Amino acid sequence: MAATGFLAFDQVSKRFGATLAVNDVSLSIARGAFVALVGESGSGKSTLLKTVNRLVEPDAGRVLIEGADVAAGPAPQLRRRIGYVFQGVGLFTHRTVAENIAMVPLISGTGRLSQERIGKLLDLVELPREIASRYPEALSGGQRQRVGIARALAGDSHLLLMDEPFGALDPITRASLGARVRALHEELELTTVMVTHDMAEALLLASRVLVMEAGRIVADESPAALLAGAGGEAAQALVAVPREQARRLGTSA
Amino acid sequence: MSDLVTALLGLGPQLAEHVLLSGAAVALGLAMALPLALWAARSRNVARVALGFASLVQTIPALALLALFFPVLLAARAVFGEGLPTLGFLPAWLALGLYALLPILRNAVTALTHVDAEALEAADGIGMTRWQRLRHVEAPLAAPYVMAGIRTASVWTIGAATLATTIGQPSLGDPIFAGLQTQNWALVLAGCIASAALALVADALFGLVERGIATRRPRLAWIGGALAVAGLAAAGFAQVRPGGEAGREVVTIGAKSFSEQYILARAIGMMLEDAGYRINYRDGLGSAVVHEAVTSSAIDISVDYTGTLWTNQLGRTDNPGRAAMYDAIVKWEQRTSGAKVLGRLGFENAYGLAMTQEQADREGIASIGDLAGAAPSMTVGGDPEWFERPEWQAVTQAYGLRFATQRTFAPTFMYNALKSGEADVISAYTSDGRIAADNLVILEDPLEALPSYDAILLVSPRLAGDPALAATLAPLFGAIDVETMREANLMVDRDEGKRSIDEAARWLLAELGARPAESR
Repeated sequence: MAATGFLAFDQVSKRFGATLAVNDVSLSIARGAFVALVGESGSGKSTLLKTVNRLVEPDAGRVLIEGADVAAGPAPQLRRRIGYVFQGVGLFTHRTVAENIAMVPLISGTGRLSQERIGKLLDLVELPREIASRYPEALSGGQRQRVGIARALAGDSHLLLMDEPFGALDPITRASLGARVRALHEELELTTVMVTHDMAEALLLASRVLVMEAGRIVADESPAALLAGAGGEAAQALVAVPREQARRLGTSA
Repeated sequence: MSDLVTALLGLGPQLAEHVLLSGAAVALGLAMALPLALWAARSRNVARVALGFASLVQTIPALALLALFFPVLLAARAVFGEGLPTLGFLPAWLALGLYALLPILRNAVTALTHVDAEALEAADGIGMTRWQRLRHVEAPLAAPYVMAGIRTASVWTIGAATLATTIGQPSLGDPIFAGLQTQNWALVLAGCIASAALALVADALFGLVERGIATRRPRLAWIGGALAVAGLAAAGFAQVRPGGEAGREVVTIGAKSFSEQYILARAIGMMLEDAGYRINYRDGLGSAVVHEAVTSSAIDISVDYTGTLWTNQLGRTDNPGRAAMYDAIVKWEQRTSGAKVLGRLGFENAYGLAMTQEQADREGIASIGDLAGAAPSMTVGGDPEWFERPEWQAVTQAYGLRFATQRTFAPTFMYNALKSGEADVISAYTSDGRIAADNLVILEDPLEALPSYDAILLVSPRLAGDPALAATLAPLFGAIDVETMREANLMVDRDEGKRSIDEAARWLLAELGARPAESR
């Protein structure tokens, strides 16, 4: 049943020493879905995400994109087709913003990005075009992650993987960048998988929320269903946190 | 002051050699360090071994490291053939290259293992291959640190390259070693100033490149790099001499690092030049290196001493007397290497125990036998070889000498130590001009514990059969008595009215009637 859909996991397992980080996960994700992978630290959500672009190679099972095993070809070619955004951003400090964004086309040998295309990518992440000639050290944390997202989109990928993308940002930047990513997801018809430990973020952005615990997916619901009480104990414990915060904010107002 | 300026202005060729040697050595260090660093950055064990080796090399004194390459290259001739040079540029280049390895390797490994982990995750995440990651991320991020390592290596190498003089590679060490021997301080200072200035210039240029890379100002880096390359090119250009003399035989004359050797080497060279030979000098060679060099034809002519060869080369401890020792050495050289002993120059430069005349008179000491009673309250000084030599064993055993203190001095300073009272007795050389000048007395050796040290002229196997060479040098044999040699030595060793080595060599030749005094 799992080996269908745009992105599919087929009995994927990964062990680090004595810990089973991902435990026999099978899962199918439809084209155009915005999936949030939620769970506590160490639940295996980042590991599962990284099996898609092979930053982690599973010990057992397969990951399929449009029915093709990701392990079939060389990893670099695979990764150039997949947008990857992570908490640390990892901008190249010795390169300008424009050079950072143009890196995927450069290493793919598909030629240089035009000024216009770089400008468009900056528009997409709502950065002023003048920023193109600056170096990362001159940017704020939020601006850096916006550049990171522009870099991830420069290869015309239709699959975007995000590993705690807003984890290091202040709440206001976080909210606006989250909204921007959701909008980009629609505009560019992306399939997005986002790892987060913040259930509120997942509920606000995603169309489907997967809850992980000890390497297994314990809940797979829409945000509306989760808010209505579905998904079981672990999922509801996570939902309870933002609900309780909202209640207390409501009573103190 | 004007001596210093003259000395500095005369350093052009040495400066060019020094620049090329240092540049080539740093390039060699870089060529070894970069692949090693890449490997070491991927494996902790490789890093440990590579850095351990480089640190070990660094703990070897540069002088010893340079000297060690002579036997190493001699052994390597078994593989690479007899054409492999064992002295001069090659060993100096290899030794200094190893010396330059550590700072570059350490900086490169540190930089590569400390490249920002997030930049590496991003590099992998966007699909860089290993090579692309190295080229676009790791190398540029490590570059300023590698450049800092090159900068340190350059300064070290330029300093250490002065020692290349001891293995026959011309460098800014030439004036330093020659000046130290002859107490010509202007010469020593000129060599020091020139090499320090060179180090400062290299440091500034590479600093410019480093800053240019670190602050992303490529023009700054290019200017620094271009100036450094221009300096190397100028040095290389200065090395290219106009041709036209290629047909003439080149004879390389070696000299150990003391005045008599410098003077005799120049005198021999002048005679051969007059006869149409082209001459190369390899000055300031270590005593052990000289004999290996001449018997392996790395140099062609050396002046050595029978007693030195008797113990160091033949490994003998007995003393058969002056003539028998000479005959045995002539046969031994002929048999073992094919080097030819052309003849004896006439004087001896033996080891002797010397005291000031004043102290000897005061304490009533005329022979080494008289010394035995006074020795326990005395300090004995010797050159760096002396206390390791069998003569020292022989003389102390024969006379039952036991001194309060032993001190080692560079030959030049030994005589000063005697004058200043820092030593009571020294191992003097009998042909030394300072014996008469400083009013010293050589103690008699009634038991003949100290062997004879006839000065002899050795010719390499390569030129051993050259009758023209032998004929040209014939006027030297049996012609130089010890007083004449002492006077020539004193000319360059004395503090007042000091003469240059060339002047002393010309005086010596005129004295022998081998060459008119006013020529040249």
